[in-house]
Amino acid sequence: MDLTIAALLAQDGITNGAIYALLALALVLVFAVTRVIFVPAGEFVTYGTLTLAALQVGKPPGTVGLLAGLAFAVGATELWNAAHRRAWQELPRRLGLYVAAPLAIAGVVYAAAPLKLALPLQIVLAVAIVTALGPLLYRLAYQPLAEASVLVLLIVSVAVHFVMLGLGLWFFGAEGSRTPAFTSASFSLGEVNVSGQSLLVLLFSLLLIGALYLFFDRTLYGKALRATALNRVGARLVGVSPNLAGSLTFTLAALLGAFSGVLIGPITTIYYDSGFLLSLKGFVGAIIGGLASYPLAAAGSLLVGLLESFSSFWASSFKEVIVFTLIIPVLRWRSLTTRHHEDEQE
Amino acid sequence: MKTSKNSPALRRAALSVAVVALLAAPLFAPPFWITLLNYIGLYSIVALGLVLLTGVAGQTSFGQAAFVGIGAYVTAYLSTHFETSSWMPWLNLGFGLALTAAIALGLGFITLRMRGHYLPLATIAWGTSLYLLFGNMEFLGGHTGMTGIPALSVAGLELRNERYFCYLIWMIGIAALWTTHNLLDSRPGRAIRALRGRLDMAEAFGVNTGRLKIVVFVYAALLACISGWLYAHLQRFVNPTPFSLNQGIEYLFMAVVGGAGSVWGAVVGATLVTLLKTQLQDWLPSLLGRSGNFEVMVFGILIILLLQRTREGVWPWLARLLPARTPRPLRSVVNTLPMRARTPTGPLLVVEGARKEFGGLVAVDDLSFEIRGGEILGLIGPNGAGKSTMFNLISGALPLTRGAIAFVGEPIAGMNAYAIARLGIASTFQHVRLLPAMSVLDNVALGAYLRSSTGLFRAALRLDRHEEARMLAEAARQIGRIGLAAHIRAPAGSLSLGQQRLVEIARALAADPRLLLLDEPAAGLRYGEKQELATLLRSLKREGMTILLVEHDMDFVMGLTDRLVVMDFGEKLAEGLPVEIQANPVVREAYLGGVVEEKV
Repeated sequence: MDLTIAALLAQDGITNGAIYALLALALVLVFAVTRVIFVPAGEFVTYGTLTLAALQVGKPPGTVGLLAGLAFAVGATELWNAAHRRAWQELPRRLGLYVAAPLAIAGVVYAAAPLKLALPLQIVLAVAIVTALGPLLYRLAYQPLAEASVLVLLIVSVAVHFVMLGLGLWFFGAEGSRTPAFTSASFSLGEVNVSGQSLLVLLFSLLLIGALYLFFDRTLYGKALRATALNRVGARLVGVSPNLAGSLTFTLAALLGAFSGVLIGPITTIYYDSGFLLSLKGFVGAIIGGLASYPLAAAGSLLVGLLESFSSFWASSFKEVIVFTLIIPVLRWRSLTTRHHEDEQE
Repeated sequence: MKTSKNSPALRRAALSVAVVALLAAPLFAPPFWITLLNYIGLYSIVALGLVLLTGVAGQTSFGQAAFVGIGAYVTAYLSTHFETSSWMPWLNLGFGLALTAAIALGLGFITLRMRGHYLPLATIAWGTSLYLLFGNMEFLGGHTGMTGIPALSVAGLELRNERYFCYLIWMIGIAALWTTHNLLDSRPGRAIRALRGRLDMAEAFGVNTGRLKIVVFVYAALLACISGWLYAHLQRFVNPTPFSLNQGIEYLFMAVVGGAGSVWGAVVGATLVTLLKTQLQDWLPSLLGRSGNFEVMVFGILIILLLQRTREGVWPWLARLLPARTPRPLRSVVNTLPMRARTPTGPLLVVEGARKEFGGLVAVDDLSFEIRGGEILGLIGPNGAGKSTMFNLISGALPLTRGAIAFVGEPIAGMNAYAIARLGIASTFQHVRLLPAMSVLDNVALGAYLRSSTGLFRAALRLDRHEEARMLAEAARQIGRIGLAAHIRAPAGSLSLGQQRLVEIARALAADPRLLLLDEPAAGLRYGEKQELATLLRSLKREGMTILLVEHDMDFVMGLTDRLVVMDFGEKLAEGLPVEIQANPVVREAYLGGVVEEKV
């Protein structure tokens, strides 16, 4: 291996690592606020890429139908609950938020799909529709179980992953897609060629992380989420609704996932089932940060990206094995350093 | 119930007809049903392991399919690469089991010490790794796999026909069901049940929980390996796909859907999932207009709905339809469990300069005292004085920061709780630590864990009945002693809090301790119950039992104890006879505030 190859591998590793970092942040966020281990994070990535790919060819993406279906399902649940409890005063607001708004987004995307808008507009549409799936998913699958143990929530997560995987195959088919690069520019740094796309991925990742930082540091909702992550009961006592916190968290996580999908689309061909490996790699990063520390999770993800890209050079067919075997000593170290808690009861 | 319809003779006849019909069914059933039956059997064997590991012991594994793969690949490789004779596959089963045990021991040693959600994540990781290894190893045929695996032969008969194979699968399946069922109803079984969220309690009664977790994990892995070995010789072809993480997750689904708390849940779950899967595979693709693995989608939705409605699975619901079984009467035993000799006098436990710091907080500040053989020592003090911390330092639930504790002259500081329990110290818990779903009898019998040595093997083969009867008789004796004989079969969780505290004492007594540690045993008891508890403790003392009593209720302590140690802010404030303590101005000032607190 000479320096050029090393630099090339490093560039690859950092680019992928930046995307894993976004996923790792989503995982840490979701776990901290809701105790859900967000296995389906990867599906939001693939949905993001494949939605954008569908818009590219002027087809209405399958996520339109999914969003509408979920919105109706949530609407039915809300109606049922309201009728069951005879509590109607909350209903209009919830129907507006969970049914009308998603339907509006779905309608806009459906109408705009054949127009083949400019790439940035398509990206906005794709990210919007996939992001809107997040809170609906939380409402349907997780909210009824919000008080269950981490383990039950994990099994639900795995189930959700399978459902989204099946839906992905149904909507997008088994063929893989790539989306066009944002830019074809490239720069040379001495011997090494740096692609503009890689730089943009890094730039957007940093921008998104910065925006999240501002959200958590400066806004009331961000602070409410932080409070919930620190102390669920305490946050509830001061008036932060756990349902609101959950929905908001899933919205942010879906946004991070969808955006990662848009970023990774031009780099790798994405199939309907590519998500799981992606979210597992995000996991390794997140777990290096103990599912709690954002900067450590981001650093861990960069490490995963680098490890993957260098091991693909030396032992390409074993690169996944190497990455997932790495997780075991990391997990072991983590479970030793985190404080002893009696195993949760169901 | 109509008596004529349920007469024993008729029932027996009906049962034998049903058994014969079931036994003959594989010979006549259509081939499609045979295939289904075979798969249900193979899956049940794996799911049984998960019932024990996840449902009972509370350790979630998504990675069982990888162990199935090891069983399948070992025999596939060995029987296609070496000279084959008819007994070769059976030898391969031995190799497969040995390799599985070795890998499971290694993985278990690393991953089972992880807490909470880290363990399932680790199983996802190694499940994926092992699967990817199968697909990437050239000598294992890569992603295409291996063909030409020979058929199994049993006593010269080649099982090429699926119909005959069905008998083998179900013989092994029923054997696995039987051993797992036996295991759950035994001394190790009670300890395994305690692994789920009651680790501290299990350790306090002598269970080496770390070791037991690994043993259960290996047991589940071995069942998976057997299933894989059968699969390889049934299909006569292996490739990595059936050993992927997806399949591992499906096994867990089977256990959860069927009901992970019971061995029958495994069979019910495997049956439901298999039947549903074949049906869905038929009509889902035509419904959705695409071919693909859509049945997992439906499973996913079913699992979510099931978990939102009930977390117990289908089996408990089915079990309600079956006639309730009357529990077997306790066997009368001639020779009871051996008892320890009790030393009546001299210092039994000596605490010297014990110190416990939590970060900057000093909970126990260089405390020294001793417990003399045959006395009841009261440890009292206001809330937050460090009494319970001191209690946990003695029982080994917490490690000392500094200082020494000796029990009958032997230093016990730094020992594990289960090792301390072995020396003859038994305790009750301030927050009741019973297994609510288990009967009072079994809960108390768990206390006698160290008075028998029945291991997993003897328990699984039902060679433990004599020992088991002695343990249960001892448990029943202790339950009679606390006056709860009428509730002996009731689930412990159905009793009142006061009664549960008494059950905790019975459990501690079943351990036949030399030193009994009681952490606020009178809390939550009514006046009459307190009187009875005091009578019980006095009679224990007469028998030579030594008792350390941590208590809030002053009336209770003053009338009962021989000596008192008063703690405040982690330090010893005073020590002496109850009358001296009552008269001690420092204690009155600091603790009683001049007025004796009366509790209702």
